Amino acid sequence: MRVKFTVNGRPQEADDVWEGESLLYVLRERLGLPGSKNACEQGECGSCTVRLDGVPVCSCLVAAGQVEGRDVVTVEGLADHARRRAAAGARGTSLPDAQQARGGADSHTGEGTELSPVQQAFLDAGAVQCGFCTPGLLVAADELLESHPNPSDEDVREALSGNLCRCTGYEKIMDAVRLAAARQGEAV
Amino acid sequence: MDFLRPASWEEALAAKAEHPTAVPIAGGTDVMVEINFDHRRPEYLLDLNRVGDLYEWEVGEDSVRLGASVPYAKIMEHLRAELPGLALASHTVASPQIRNRGGVGGNLGTASPAGDAHPALLAAGAEVEVQSAARGTRLVPIDDFYTGVKRNALQPDELIRAVHVRKADGPQQYSKVGTRNAMVIAVCAFGLALHPDTRTVRTGIGSAAPTPVRAATAEDFLNAALEEGGFWDSGKVITPSVARQFADLCAASCNPIDDVRGTAGYRRHAVGVMARRTLTWTWESYRGTRTASEGAA
Ligand SMILES: Cc1cc2nc3c(=O)[nH]c(=O)nc-3n(C[C@H](O)[C@H](O)[C@H](O)COP(=O)(O)OP(=O)(O)OC[C@H]3O[C@@H](n4cnc5c(N)ncnc54)[C@H](O)[C@@H]3O)c2cc1C
Ligand code: FES
Ligand code: FES
Repeated sequence: MRVKFTVNGRPQEADDVWEGESLLYVLRERLGLPGSKNACEQGECGSCTVRLDGVPVCSCLVAAGQVEGRDVVTVEGLADHARRRAAAGARGTSLPDAQQARGGADSHTGEGTELSPVQQAFLDAGAVQCGFCTPGLLVAADELLESHPNPSDEDVREALSGNLCRCTGYEKIMDAVRLAAARQGEAV
Repeated sequence: MDFLRPASWEEALAAKAEHPTAVPIAGGTDVMVEINFDHRRPEYLLDLNRVGDLYEWEVGEDSVRLGASVPYAKIMEHLRAELPGLALASHTVASPQIRNRGGVGGNLGTASPAGDAHPALLAAGAEVEVQSAARGTRLVPIDDFYTGVKRNALQPDELIRAVHVRKADGPQQYSKVGTRNAMVIAVCAFGLALHPDTRTVRTGIGSAAPTPVRAATAEDFLNAALEEGGFWDSGKVITPSVARQFADLCAASCNPIDDVRGTAGYRRHAVGVMARRTLTWTWESYRGTRTASEGAA
């Protein structure tokens, strides 16, 4: 079957999609967006986390056919998403009305774009080791800072409780989210 | 495989009537795991995401009509006051990502003895609204809905439209034993609701029998003891021996198995502990509201 939906602000079409296929498979294998990781395919690890109509979900548990006509943001589009949010916030408009910020960068694959504040904070705090969990954590953490600009440690733990990391022991990840929240607060 | 994509409830019922083997998919948090691991290869997937009615809820006089696909996250956010037991149970499900997709309709569809909605629904009192194109709507009392291990009362041409859950008329609690806080399938779980309006206590037990169950004998004992002792009127502390016997009867009402998550003996013990704790918590809260309202009067 054919599935048409929007990914990172751009209309996409995938052909010959098997009916039992997951959104994760379509993103990685059919649309050339390997940012979302495939680790467990059973909702346990969160490394495949994307936003579906704004809501964080495990893309391995969404059937491809279920995203027809809907809006998906992956880690590749996170920087652009964060930039539009900041621009909308500055002008007091809501997110969908905000103009897409564009340079020579590719908002779809994320290539050449500047990092989002959460991404930069993960680097600065040393929250990335092997990096396999990172894309899912970034999407989940970015959504948290969108809905709770000043999260408590408890809020952060709760928001990231569906994302497993085998390397860092989570402390540096907590530091990164605190750092991103603090920088976001300064910017306003 | 065929992917059926009804745009309305009527279309969904028609599709299910035409293809009774079709597997409905709502949040997909049970169905997709089975497909990803090749445990299931349905001929038809029946997508319910487009059926807007299933994502709505109505708060009525006595009950909440909760659309089958309302995700756990919405129940926690919007129905905490009306359905405190179910909201607490929802919070223990998996992770934010799963709670954003999965809902009570899927939990009832899977009918796992470990499903977290079940003890809360049993304790609160609920009816499952199911419908078929051929025979229309019927309301299945929650006590009759679970028919065996991962089996329920649905006919092949039926879909779950909503669950009618009695609005809380007193304190409710939900308790779950697992190895950590997030992402844990219950070793066993216990829901308890006080119903001051009818002067009854209802329970629900998860993962301690082939189906979710109520501890009927324990409820009968406690209801009689509370009535005889005048506890509902006086609001006095429940006698420890009464609480202990209630807990023992709850443990005795289980029929657990040994499995990777826990032994039968551990489960029985844990159910007793949770029964006593949830009774104490809810009763303390009942006494608190009574004193508060008396103070205000
Ligand atoms: C990582 C992970 C952790 C989990 N942890 C928990 C947990 O802690 N507690 C818990 O209770 N569950 C847990 N689950 C299981 C699952 O999330 C729940 O059972 C959830 O309620 C399923 O809802 P859904 O909408 O995703 O169901 P789906 O997967 O879409 O469907 C589940 C079943 O119900 C049927 N169905 C769905 N809607 C209808 C309808 N309207 N009418 C008729 N049949 C219908 C489907 O055909 C299928 O058989 C977990 C799952 C995962 C992947
Ligand atoms: S790959 Fe989806 S949650 Fe692990
Ligand atoms: S950095 Fe390796 S899994 Fe998290």
